Amino acid sequence: MRRALREIRILARDPLLLFLVATVFVLIALFVVYPLAKVAIASLQTRGGDWTAEHYQLLQTRRLYQNALRNSLSVAALVGVVGTALGFVVAFTLTRVDVPFKRALHLITLLPIISPPFVGAVSILFLFGFNGLVTKQLLGLQDFNIYGRWGVVASQIFTFAPLAYLSLRGVLQSISPVLEDAAYNVGATRWQAFWRVTFPLSLPGIFSAFLVVFIESISDFGNPLVLAGAAFPMLAPQAYLEITGSFNLARGAMLAVVLLIPSLIAFAVQRYWVSRRQYVTVTGKPTASTSRIVSPAAKWALYALVLAFAALVLAFYAVIVLGAFTRVWGFDYTPTLQHLRYVFSVGLKSVYDTLIIAIVSTPLSGLLGMLVAYLVVRRRFPGKAALEFGSILSYAVPGTVVGIGYILAFNTPPLILTGTLAILVLAFVFRYVPVGIQNGIAVLKQVDPSIEEAAQNLGADAVTTFRKVTLPLLAPAFFSGLVYAFVRAMTAISAAIFLVSANWNLMTVQILNQVGSGRLGVAAAFSIVTIVLVTIAIAIITVLVERWSKTTTTVRFG
Amino acid sequence: MSAVVDTAGPATIDLRLVGLRKEFTSQDDPNTVVVAVDDVDLELPKGRLVTLLGPSGCGKTTLLRMIAGFEEPTRGDIYFGARRMNQVAPNARDATMVFQSYAIFPHLNVYDNIAFGLRLKGLSRVDIKARVDRVVDQVGLVGMTQRPPSQLSGGQQQRVALARCLVMEPRMLLFDEPLSNLDAKLREQMRIEIRELQQRLGITSVYVTHDQVEAMSISDVVVVMDRGRVAQVGSPVEVYARPVDRFVADFIGKANFIEAVAVDARTIEVAGARLEVPNGVPHPAGTEVTAVIRPEALTIERGAQLVAPLRGVVERASFLGQLAEIAVRAPGDARWLVDVPNAAEVGMPEVGETVGLVPSARSLHVLPR
Repeated sequence: MRRALREIRILARDPLLLFLVATVFVLIALFVVYPLAKVAIASLQTRGGDWTAEHYQLLQTRRLYQNALRNSLSVAALVGVVGTALGFVVAFTLTRVDVPFKRALHLITLLPIISPPFVGAVSILFLFGFNGLVTKQLLGLQDFNIYGRWGVVASQIFTFAPLAYLSLRGVLQSISPVLEDAAYNVGATRWQAFWRVTFPLSLPGIFSAFLVVFIESISDFGNPLVLAGAAFPMLAPQAYLEITGSFNLARGAMLAVVLLIPSLIAFAVQRYWVSRRQYVTVTGKPTASTSRIVSPAAKWALYALVLAFAALVLAFYAVIVLGAFTRVWGFDYTPTLQHLRYVFSVGLKSVYDTLIIAIVSTPLSGLLGMLVAYLVVRRRFPGKAALEFGSILSYAVPGTVVGIGYILAFNTPPLILTGTLAILVLAFVFRYVPVGIQNGIAVLKQVDPSIEEAAQNLGADAVTTFRKVTLPLLAPAFFSGLVYAFVRAMTAISAAIFLVSANWNLMTVQILNQVGSGRLGVAAAFSIVTIVLVTIAIAIITVLVERWSKTTTTVRFG
Repeated sequence: MSAVVDTAGPATIDLRLVGLRKEFTSQDDPNTVVVAVDDVDLELPKGRLVTLLGPSGCGKTTLLRMIAGFEEPTRGDIYFGARRMNQVAPNARDATMVFQSYAIFPHLNVYDNIAFGLRLKGLSRVDIKARVDRVVDQVGLVGMTQRPPSQLSGGQQQRVALARCLVMEPRMLLFDEPLSNLDAKLREQMRIEIRELQQRLGITSVYVTHDQVEAMSISDVVVVMDRGRVAQVGSPVEVYARPVDRFVADFIGKANFIEAVAVDARTIEVAGARLEVPNGVPHPAGTEVTAVIRPEALTIERGAQLVAPLRGVVERASFLGQLAEIAVRAPGDARWLVDVPNAAEVGMPEVGETVGLVPSARSLHVLPR
């Protein structure tokens, strides 16, 4: 308590800092914590406003909700296991084995991460749906049904295995191949070196990747909505249907809370338990870069798997491109520009809206991220831990929960925002800022504070120091945060679908509507436009970063 | 280059390298071939410790990694005793290695790290325990076997790495700059311990280092390497006192290189002064040669009446504690470094003072120019 008082007194001496800290606290309370509280409250109230647990009792009595919970959990567990295993195989092959075209395979594997959420689902419908290329044309199956558990699982593995790949790649790169050498040196075979050294060292990373995929899967809205079907209820789409179909906000809120609990548990385990158990073994100069851990036979077997996944990714995208230029998939394969023309006429407003929302929210998210990172790492003030937790909390909260929270919170006074641009921008800024914060914190923690002290020692005040020294050092984290925020804003659906209106609509919502009314060609055309816009934006940001790093000298720390 | 280590007595040769060569393709330009190890021959008797000494990039680590089996030779052969090892996998070589980074398994405690190789062999629990306990005692890790590596100091990690090798009772021990990550005091202590242990157990050892003091203090044989080639092989005293060329003389300790002219079979002339070379001058009279003399083999003569034939003016005098380092400018623009022991008692020469330089005759050594 006394320490808190002293910190406040120090803070009061710097009015600008005090103002910034207070602002960040208010913003996070208002746009992260308050909507979540509203969801919890709504799930515990009757229409009249009395406290009740009746909505939760439905979990015991209603078959539909029980099934939705069971299905969501079992799908998330399965996708987590298979997606992580696949991610590990690809990461292991591309980091540890000497095979051709590593760079290209790396990029192809990452492709699903920057895609709109329905690419997997739409491609699966194109290939394996009632009128699917494989199921109907190739195999001549009449009543093959892809809808349900296996459709969702397949689509989610395609969408989320790349996330596991990306995090496991970092894990494997941090395990020094010298350890494998050391194992051979005392008599281990390749197999023994892998199972006794490399694998146990990756285990915390594998578990962490599993939890990330688990969270993504259980929060996922797009794939289940398209592929689950009525016979296979799942939590996120069910919550959406309760609110938009039955106008039952309380039940939707209850399902949102049920959805939130496993996500938060998985997030807490990942962040506070697993991450403490990671080993970092790369020290000093790397000696041998390629590992001998794989026998030639195993090497080509692994490579075949990686190629198969890459081929699948390419096939999915090829199908989307073909579908966008095909008149009626499954019946009439005449090439056409009609779907694209539709996007640029009827759908043009949603293209503009999406771009405006993304362009407004991206820099806000980037700046807020750097500011919070700076405050958390470099400044002392009471409630710092709470601020850091609050600011990254929304990473673990499923979009569906955020969406429901925002309509509950901002549909009524004091702050009425529904139907505005602001509500979408705010939702995106606070939902996607955690990655920027985490990047910023990671960079700042590696920068020796004495560099900033040196600037002050040479006569710079706090603002100048931040502008001339800290900010340039944060630039890489800032730009990677920008890329992430932009990609997410362009491809978001789960929270946004609750917040769009006639005034402000999104391409992803258009894709969903088109899929819902069976016009897959238009959906594919929207997807392609999204992918192209995202790619152009990433290219622009990359060029800016390169300009930046050319004009400033890069300093290496470590 | 052929260099056979002469040994006292008929010891068996434990490690033999014949024309060993390693070429790498340059990463920048696939057409450029970099020769990392250039046709090295070497024979090492059983129970001896040889150091591979040289500046970074001289090929010493590549040579060691070929012996361990982590690099495949481009050409040439490796024999352990009579057995050719080129095709033997690294996990079957029976030559355990202490890595520069120690390569301690971070997920295993000290005991499990040391027992790692024995478990792979399928030894019984009782046997493993007995052997681990013995090495733990030998390397001084008693009471620490349950600790995770993250709780070990650099020196302790070093001991674990050594114990993990010793417990295998290998034919050969390989060391890849094992002490380079330790501070100066600990480095000295560890190298004494390693040497004692190696001699007590009589294990043939190959030790890579770039530190000439470490090399001389620990080795039976020093192999000085320069750009992939073996420059000189000999005992520490031999390579120090009778370097074969300027590179070796310069790399091993400090040296004065003085332009001189051969006068006869035992005399050279330096800056007008005639000096006797007890080891002889293997060059015809009148040949220009380079005389090598170590700073500690020169004494400084002070006073009004100098008798020494060589004279110069003190340019710099640095007091280093156990000795003082004096730089003397001699006629002909030669610069001599002289070590003055016990300078605190005998007094420091002053900058600008003219002094005489007296070489200890036994330490004068002549190289071709």
